[in-house]
Amino acid sequence: MNIIQERNADQLTLKIEGRIDTKTAPELDQVLQGALEGVKKLVFDLEETAYISSAGLRVLLIAQKQMNKQGEMSVIHANGDLMEIFEVTGFTDILVFE
Amino acid sequence: MKELDIEALVDNLDTVIAFIDEELEEAACPPKIQMQIDLAVEEIFVNIANYAYDPETGPATVRAEVHPDRSAVSITFIDHGVPYDPLAKADPDLSKSAEEREVGGLGIFLVKKTMDDIRYEYVNGSNILTIVKGLKK
Repeated sequence: MNIIQERNADQLTLKIEGRIDTKTAPELDQVLQGALEGVKKLVFDLEETAYISSAGLRVLLIAQKQMNKQGEMSVIHANGDLMEIFEVTGFTDILVFE
Repeated sequence: MKELDIEALVDNLDTVIAFIDEELEEAACPPKIQMQIDLAVEEIFVNIANYAYDPETGPATVRAEVHPDRSAVSITFIDHGVPYDPLAKADPDLSKSAEEREVGGLGIFLVKKTMDDIRYEYVNGSNILTIVKGLKK
């Protein structure tokens, strides 16, 4: 997994390449812990994300809970296979997809 | 049928996934179904690695069997740790808001939702969990 951070004033975009699984999700969690100060809009760009397991969903939900306190969060460019994972877990109802 | 005997450690996840992917690629499994099977295998193996022998570690066996007509694959996980039926766990409440939702507990639920069949038995000191997934689009 590769994480590319783009900070533009109070907007942070995280472009995630590869697999968000049990082994890589902690790294994403760690990046988020250190990067959200002053962020009002957080965007996850999943165009290059091939796979997400429950460990990745967990990190996205933690981020959503944090952003509920300080701004907004959205997920963009998730492919159809990933969207199915978000749908069966009810994440399409609790995250914003663009 | 192929079998992998491996220590139940999260560090061994990539080896388990590679073992399964090799079987699936040989069976010309469509990419989307392969992703769903990888996901189920990850959730189950990580569960075994985290809980079966906690706080120690121990062995696991992963057995992959592509049905003769390549219509489906059965994957069986065997460990000798504490008896644990993952199917007995209640499903998460999907009607809750992000604030109310708990951050864990989605792994086995995903397995139930994406696989065609999942069976658990405890026999002679072993947890035996089998998943079945069709390989046709």
